[in-house]
Amino acid sequence: MIAELGLAALWIAAALAVLQLIGGALAQRDPGGELAKLVRPAAIVQGLLAAFAFLMLLYLFAVTDLSVKLVATNSHSAKPMVFKLAGAWGNHEGSMLLWVTVMSMAGALIALVERRLPERTILATLAAQAFVGIGFYAFILLSSNPFERLPQPALEGNGLNPLLQDIGLAFHPPTLYFGYVGLSVAFSFAVGALLTRQVNPDFARVMRPWVLGAWIFLTLGITAGSYWAYYELGWGGWWFWDPVENASLMPWLAATALLHSVSVLAARDALRAWTIMLGVVAFSMSMLGTFLVRSGILTSVHAFAVDPERGTFILVLLALYIGGALLLFALRAGTVAEGERFSVTSREGALVFNNVMLSAILGIVLLGTLYPLLTEAFDVRVSVGPPYFNPVGAIFAIPMLMVMAIGPLMRWRNDRFDRIKLPVWIVFAIMAAVFLLVLVLGSYGWLPILGLAASIGLAVGSFLPLRGRNLLRVPTATWGMVIAHFGIAVALFGMASESAFSEEHLAAVDVGESTKVGPWTIVLDDVAPVAGPNWTAIEGRLSAQYDGGTAIELRPQSRNFWAPPQETTESELATRWNGQLYAVIGNQSGDGRWQLRLWWKPFVTFIWYGGVLVALGGLLALIGRLRTDLKRRFAKARSIERRSSGEAE
Amino acid sequence: MTDNNGGTLKAKHQRLILILIALVALIGAGLLAAWALRSQASYFYLPADIAAAPPAVGQAVRLGGMVQQGSLKTLKDGVTVTFIVTDKDSATVPVRFSGILPDLFVEGSGVVAEGKLGADGTFVADNLLAKHDENYVPRELKDMDQHKPDETLTGMEPVT
Repeated sequence: MIAELGLAALWIAAALAVLQLIGGALAQRDPGGELAKLVRPAAIVQGLLAAFAFLMLLYLFAVTDLSVKLVATNSHSAKPMVFKLAGAWGNHEGSMLLWVTVMSMAGALIALVERRLPERTILATLAAQAFVGIGFYAFILLSSNPFERLPQPALEGNGLNPLLQDIGLAFHPPTLYFGYVGLSVAFSFAVGALLTRQVNPDFARVMRPWVLGAWIFLTLGITAGSYWAYYELGWGGWWFWDPVENASLMPWLAATALLHSVSVLAARDALRAWTIMLGVVAFSMSMLGTFLVRSGILTSVHAFAVDPERGTFILVLLALYIGGALLLFALRAGTVAEGERFSVTSREGALVFNNVMLSAILGIVLLGTLYPLLTEAFDVRVSVGPPYFNPVGAIFAIPMLMVMAIGPLMRWRNDRFDRIKLPVWIVFAIMAAVFLLVLVLGSYGWLPILGLAASIGLAVGSFLPLRGRNLLRVPTATWGMVIAHFGIAVALFGMASESAFSEEHLAAVDVGESTKVGPWTIVLDDVAPVAGPNWTAIEGRLSAQYDGGTAIELRPQSRNFWAPPQETTESELATRWNGQLYAVIGNQSGDGRWQLRLWWKPFVTFIWYGGVLVALGGLLALIGRLRTDLKRRFAKARSIERRSSGEAE
Repeated sequence: MTDNNGGTLKAKHQRLILILIALVALIGAGLLAAWALRSQASYFYLPADIAAAPPAVGQAVRLGGMVQQGSLKTLKDGVTVTFIVTDKDSATVPVRFSGILPDLFVEGSGVVAEGKLGADGTFVADNLLAKHDENYVPRELKDMDQHKPDETLTGMEPVT
């Protein structure tokens, strides 16, 4: 019964999306007419219905209703509750439902509160939103119904992939989806503004919170995903340039560029067409990401659907959306009047430079990700990894980081280099000093040295915009920028430090024997079998001493899950302020010794602290912008009130 | 307005110049990427491919095949293993790997080894990818797994 209720809600929501599209499109001629009045309510009810359908799915997973196919194939009654719920989106059908739910709820929110733009623009935006939504509804209802029943209820479920049974990962997909959906909203606004010729600062101010929100979620999603890969896969790496990782990085790069260009449009009325273009690109990248991950064209833990029908469906949707958006852009970009001008040495100039650098990096990642698919068409199988991405990306990333350190010091419109000469030389002198210092002290690769130098320079540079200002009066949004830029520096420092200073030690040791890695001494005290709710494991008990200090106990495991049957390696980490010790236990070799793989990774945690700082900066910027918007709204309401009361007197 | 750095021409055609600069940068990135992809992509080899035309010594490649029954040996240090990778044409390549074997690495099953061919003809693997679980198979192994039932059978039945 519950499953049928959910399915019915989904069908009605799809019908309302069609109404929203037709209504929004037809009302373009008559934005005050009867039809136009239907669009906002349709969007709101559609959002509520989709949310209802998703709640029904959550309920089915919570009670483990094994007569539903999706529950039977992805859940198990012996699973902890949080993973039962996470199981609702830890599969293809459920994740698509989550996507459409978040998207229609975003549409409902726009319909409910957004009144700053001309009604025609909002109607066009909601129509575009419905157009994207209909594709997803069709996909879910026609080829991946999450509420499908089994002819015979199953006796027990198949369980969830044990690699995915992890608290961080339970929230990783929804976080990324919020980001993807935020970009779809930005895209809808771009289409709405382009169709109704409203590409102006007002439009940018309305679009900005959605871009910021999407960007915050993407940042958190990527940071969490990277940390998950780091401690769960047990390979000691934090980024593998895996196509699925790239699928989340590409929308982030596009969103970062969009975020900065939309700010230029809001503040200075420049970069109009470029902002619209980036809106289209950012959404295309999130669709491409979904396609790469969900079509089964790539094999990874993320690819659930190996069904070619589904892959084709998503490919058609992808072609329709991206092709349609690019066509619209090509037809209408000419009508977007040129914005305000600016000189090369100005805040805008720096932002444009970095926008182009980000786009170039995006292009490099995109080509590297698609290249193996391309060569496969000619029956040549290749894989593209760090030897390609790291150096080629760095060629554009290093200049970008340098401009990023000094760009915020420049004034809008037109500035002279002489004015900011002193701070610029300070930043570059610091970079050069760090570079030379690391070069002299040890033999490391070029990239880590450049990374260390750029990170220190950027860390100093990111705080320079606060110089000489009353810190209590600095706007919240400016604090956001400072903290986000500092976060990038922190993350970069972690990455460079990890790749330059990591030490690895692989050993086979007897119980009671000790071994060393970096400043650590590690003793294998014992190896014992242990059991969990749905697994059994071999657990190594290690005591680790940093530089002869007090011993810390570490318990890495090699786990055997029984539903579904699978082995996983559970690494154990000892975190200090200056890095992490990473321990993995392997097999017992023939002579009774145990394999241990140990890493000492100085400052590796800075990668994720940095990611969190970047997201925090985004959040501060969002709060600052929303507060300004609200103040403006109240001021406007008050002035209207005053005027009308003045007329009455 | 941009009198201090650029003539009237620049001011008039600023939009065009911006587009041109962006295009040049993006095309540059594209060309650079294309060049780097040709030289940095690591190619996939089957044992038969290595026998026919081996990659240059030291070039990063991927080797895929089945782990030959009875070929897995652990060296004295306890962490280095050697085994032989074979394919259906029964070409073989010896592989050396230092590290913890993937969870589902067993003789007679598929494996993808990432690494380099050494001067002595031994493939030195930096990383091994085995079957992760029933849903996650390195894509190069997909075709090989279809042969698996036969292999299991030959392993169980007396060889005639």
